[in-house]
Amino acid sequence: MTTLPTSTQKKLGLVIDLDTCVGCHACVISCKGWNTENYGAPLSDQDPYGANPTGTFLNRVHSYEVQPPNLKDGAQPAAQLIHFPKSCLHCDDAPCVTVCPTGASYKRSEDGIVLVNEQDCIGCGLCAWACPYGARELDADAGVMKKCTLCVDRIYNENLPEEDRQPACVRTCPSNARHFGDFADPESNVSILTRERGGFDLMPEQGTKPVNKYLPPRPKDVAPEFDVLAPYLEPIAADAKGFVGWLDKALNALPGGVN
Amino acid sequence: MHPAPSVILFTTFSGLGFGLLFWLGLGAITPSGLSAFIWFALAYAMAVGGLLASTFHLGRPERAIKAFSQWRTSWLSREAIAAVATLIIMGIYALFSLFGAHLKLVGFIGAIGAIATVFTTSMIYAQMKTVPRWRHWTTPALFLTLSIGGGALFAGQIATTFLLFTAAAALQGYTWITGDSRLAQSGTDMKTATGLGHIGDVRAFEPPHTGTNYLMREFIHVVGRKHAQKLRMIALILSFALPVFFLNFHFNHMLALLAVISHIAGVLTLRWLFFAEAEHVVGLYYGKR
Repeated sequence: MTTLPTSTQKKLGLVIDLDTCVGCHACVISCKGWNTENYGAPLSDQDPYGANPTGTFLNRVHSYEVQPPNLKDGAQPAAQLIHFPKSCLHCDDAPCVTVCPTGASYKRSEDGIVLVNEQDCIGCGLCAWACPYGARELDADAGVMKKCTLCVDRIYNENLPEEDRQPACVRTCPSNARHFGDFADPESNVSILTRERGGFDLMPEQGTKPVNKYLPPRPKDVAPEFDVLAPYLEPIAADAKGFVGWLDKALNALPGGVN
Repeated sequence: MHPAPSVILFTTFSGLGFGLLFWLGLGAITPSGLSAFIWFALAYAMAVGGLLASTFHLGRPERAIKAFSQWRTSWLSREAIAAVATLIIMGIYALFSLFGAHLKLVGFIGAIGAIATVFTTSMIYAQMKTVPRWRHWTTPALFLTLSIGGGALFAGQIATTFLLFTAAAALQGYTWITGDSRLAQSGTDMKTATGLGHIGDVRAFEPPHTGTNYLMREFIHVVGRKHAQKLRMIALILSFALPVFFLNFHFNHMLALLAVISHIAGVLTLRWLFFAEAEHVVGLYYGKR
């Protein structure tokens, strides 16, 4: 049913740390690797080895350059490069769910995960139109809408070792930029991270109330001019003495200028 | 937004078909026998043809029947129900018309259904907060005026056509003028999209992939907007000015046909612009509109 639940028991989601993400795209690959062979239709590629390859991904990493404003003395601070992973935010007020004409899209009342029942999906694409984040992609081969499932087939999967019971993107991230947890619990890891690091919503004005939060990049230090080798590179003898001193003076006295 | 031919054909022809059904249902013309058959066949060909065209937009059209279930929240589901209900009601009206009986109440309900169908179609677009240009009262107002106006043209209601075409042209002009700044006014930009605006100006540095993807194909359509201003003028001339010009003369079927063809070509252009000019906020993540 495409009516949204008024509240969910848990609010499972991700915290994505824009400070530590290094833009390696490992989450993109592990997501595609897990999800192409588990829940629902595979994530197909078109023309994968040709000139114009495209494919379905549930998680993509953008990179942005952010230019801070000029300082008071007119100097231009260094621009920052920020890698920006983006997948479904499992919104509390998910506009993608209510527009669905068939009831294929739904938000689970037990944990808040937004899913697509692919047997009911007619591939009209309206949910992708309604999503401001580009979280949904219509698979060109299966003709049904694909989206992040928060690895629903991992997080409750008792056949997996306990440390693997988290989304593939979180499990694989080498810089711990992705965290998985329950936002309904104020003492969960994700709630504490959000509170302490000032986690924010994407496009809050769209009114979607996203569950996933993003942590802002920490302020950059301004490093003073610093060189560990400098003391060792001081010239040892400023003015020469003895024979070398006499040679220096004698050579300077010759026509051709003073060195 | 990608101006998909299936959706352009669908909104144009189903709009005209239901517009004609509206006037037939109201009893503006009350044909019977063969002429009733021709009128209703024309209306149904456009309305049903348009609906069939829309199924080409689906990834799994064989499951389209499921779209009737979610009328509580989904405008697309409401549209499907309104369309089929209207076609059934007007089908009954049409059947009796063939034998010269015009069931006024049934026709009236069918006319309201035709309006409701066009309204639900327009609300599919007007509800999209992600497309600020569409999310405005002018979207349903324009869809309805164009549908009823086009229907009046088909039904030969010449005075009404003039009136509605004038209204539609004015409304379209107003929609364009106000719509051009609506994305900027929506408050959604690259700063809110990335949440990085507090640091400084945000520029898309590297996209997530070297090629294209579904999102970019579906939501980012920049090239087509290049000639938007010229196309706007062409669309206004074809949709409204030329048909009015043709109908100004003493009525004959050849001129009426020219008026109708010009109007259809014009509305197709208007609908192409409706999609091609619409900016989806997801484009901001790619630094594009």
